[in-house]
Amino acid sequence: MKRRNLLASAAMGLMMATGAFAQGMDHVKACFVYVGPIGDGGWTFQHHQGALAVQEKFGDKVEIQYQESVPEGADAERVLTQMALGGCNIIFTTSFGYMDATNAVAAKFPDVKFEHATGFKRDTPNVSTYNARFYEGRAVEGLIAGRMTKSNKIGYIGSFPIPEVVMGINSYYLAAKKVNPDVQLSVVWAFTWFDPAKEADAAKALIDQGVDVIASHTDSTAVLAEAAKTEGKVIGFGQASDMAEYKPSPRVSSVIDNWGPYYIERVGALLDGTYQQADIWAGIKGGEVLIGEITEAVPPEVKAEAEKLRDDIAAGTVHPFTGPLKKQDGSDWLADGATAPDGDLLGMNFFVEGIVGDIPQ
Amino acid sequence: MLRLEKRPSPSRFWLYATPPVAVLLTMVVGGILFATMGKNPFEVIRTIFWDPVFGEFAFYLRGQLLVKAGPLILIAIGLALGFRAGIWNIGAEGQYIMGAIFGASVGLAVFPTESRLIFPVMVVAGAFGGWVWAMIPAILKTRFNTNEILVSLMLVYVAETILAKASTGFLKNPEGMGFPGSRNFSSYPAAANPELIAGSGLHWGGVAALVTGVLAYILLTRHQAGFQIKLAGQAPRAARFHGVSPTRLVVMCMGISGALAGLAGLFEVTGPAGQISIDFNTGYGFTAIIVAFLGRLNPLGIVLAGFLMALTYVGGEMASTNLGLPDAAIQVFQGMLLFFLLAVDVLTNYRFRLAVGAH
Repeated sequence: MKRRNLLASAAMGLMMATGAFAQGMDHVKACFVYVGPIGDGGWTFQHHQGALAVQEKFGDKVEIQYQESVPEGADAERVLTQMALGGCNIIFTTSFGYMDATNAVAAKFPDVKFEHATGFKRDTPNVSTYNARFYEGRAVEGLIAGRMTKSNKIGYIGSFPIPEVVMGINSYYLAAKKVNPDVQLSVVWAFTWFDPAKEADAAKALIDQGVDVIASHTDSTAVLAEAAKTEGKVIGFGQASDMAEYKPSPRVSSVIDNWGPYYIERVGALLDGTYQQADIWAGIKGGEVLIGEITEAVPPEVKAEAEKLRDDIAAGTVHPFTGPLKKQDGSDWLADGATAPDGDLLGMNFFVEGIVGDIPQ
Repeated sequence: MLRLEKRPSPSRFWLYATPPVAVLLTMVVGGILFATMGKNPFEVIRTIFWDPVFGEFAFYLRGQLLVKAGPLILIAIGLALGFRAGIWNIGAEGQYIMGAIFGASVGLAVFPTESRLIFPVMVVAGAFGGWVWAMIPAILKTRFNTNEILVSLMLVYVAETILAKASTGFLKNPEGMGFPGSRNFSSYPAAANPELIAGSGLHWGGVAALVTGVLAYILLTRHQAGFQIKLAGQAPRAARFHGVSPTRLVVMCMGISGALAGLAGLFEVTGPAGQISIDFNTGYGFTAIIVAFLGRLNPLGIVLAGFLMALTYVGGEMASTNLGLPDAAIQVFQGMLLFFLLAVDVLTNYRFRLAVGAH
């Protein structure tokens, strides 16, 4: 008993001591785990741009390390352990599937900070989560889609039926329907984040159905490449990165993930000693979500309307999910004028009224 | 001029020399590749082959080698039995997935019951899942003479679709806030497959792999069935005269390889992976084909080959993180290993002859 007390007080002393001296660091090794190759032109590419921004900002004070194409599962745990053993001070795990691995490794390395993108588990104090309100960008895309479609059929390529994706689909549809009540949405599930062949197949399936505006939640440029083959009949959007090579059409705008400011803030906080556990969910206002240039393929009045929606969302005067709204099954969701609480969005597993088709269960 | 000439009988020297020569050639050509990318080739090769076993973090990485090698060995041994008999099960990846789904389903169905019986029943269910999935190509082959290569390969994609359904539907964690993926077995001790000795990387899958290696060796050298397998591969007609039933052989070889792949999947999902998720399978079923040939279709050789392959994975990851090598370069490096193996393997059955004059 005595021995245990001694150990306990020693541990307490140690904790207080490290607390007192946790003032900042001269040098930070920041490590990034990517789910795809950095050349994917989308999701991973944007995270890597963020990493490079950190390097640029802090120069010699920061060392960047990264690992590409890490499978979500047992391999992630090993890669994270290797990074922690290798002296990484902060590790950004940039895909939802790393959630359990991140928390498992974080429990073993209390001195290393872990930052998990798009997850919700923060089992130990050294795990933070961060995400961006991509659904805000989806609303701007939806408005353009509703105004631009000639067939009144718009499409969406979903990756996996998770809340993140479902809320994007709902936001896209609601904004389109608001400006074009006749619009119909078709959703195709690709069950992948990055697989150009599958993404192209999904785009083809939508185009065959007569869809002429496609948004996607997968990471490659294959969807735009497919749309480009239709000689201007079908348009789409850059996803995750700007995908400017498809300007001015089929890429008429884009939703850009801009992780640089967040990464700089977190690494900076570690350097100056102000780092704290966090759960961040910023959007257009915080600069994490950018709307890429709306090209001349879009009429000026539609462009102005879309830009106004963007600015209104940033100013907080418009919320993409504002009542009265019903769920697909006809039950009430939001009362008149009410906006969706974050909890509803983060667990979203239903389509809103008007969308045809089921979420795979 | 050099020309290839068939040897009267396969060279025993080249049979055993092929794997080391292939590894050496891979190191040399891989080194040149790394050098052209502006990396120090010696440093890269050392990081891949030396550091995981003897480097600074070997205490952790040695165990990880076992984690990686276990499923590869388990699957490759099953495949090798079939390959020896000329039965080509290419779909071990699908059987691996189905084993994991069957086994995990049993465990999740009884959650949160605590009983010592749960894990053993899951193991049986895992082997059964892999076996069932392998029986589809086996029965189609024996009944309708379909090609087992195509059917077993296509069933991988079916299994992947079922896996996606499982993680977003019938096995989804009810407390997962709608996110895909099952409950994590690490928080359900009765169904978990943890490390047997902390830090060693050894779990029941590793034990099963090593035991299977020994059993398969005995089967091939001491047992009637092993003799039949070898005979069927070397001289199919003679085998038929000997009373070896091709149907029984197909069913047996596909069944064993399917059950072992299923076992590997079960041990992986309850251990290192922890849960059924959409990206649960990472290609062990396909890599095991390389391992089987690298190990000369010999169970003991496969155990060694499994560890070598694990080394290129774990070491390759280290080279990628620490030296900034792109992931694709590591994959090219691993691919070279099979390429050179097959290329050098020609020397087992053929020899070079200097042809004098024109003909």
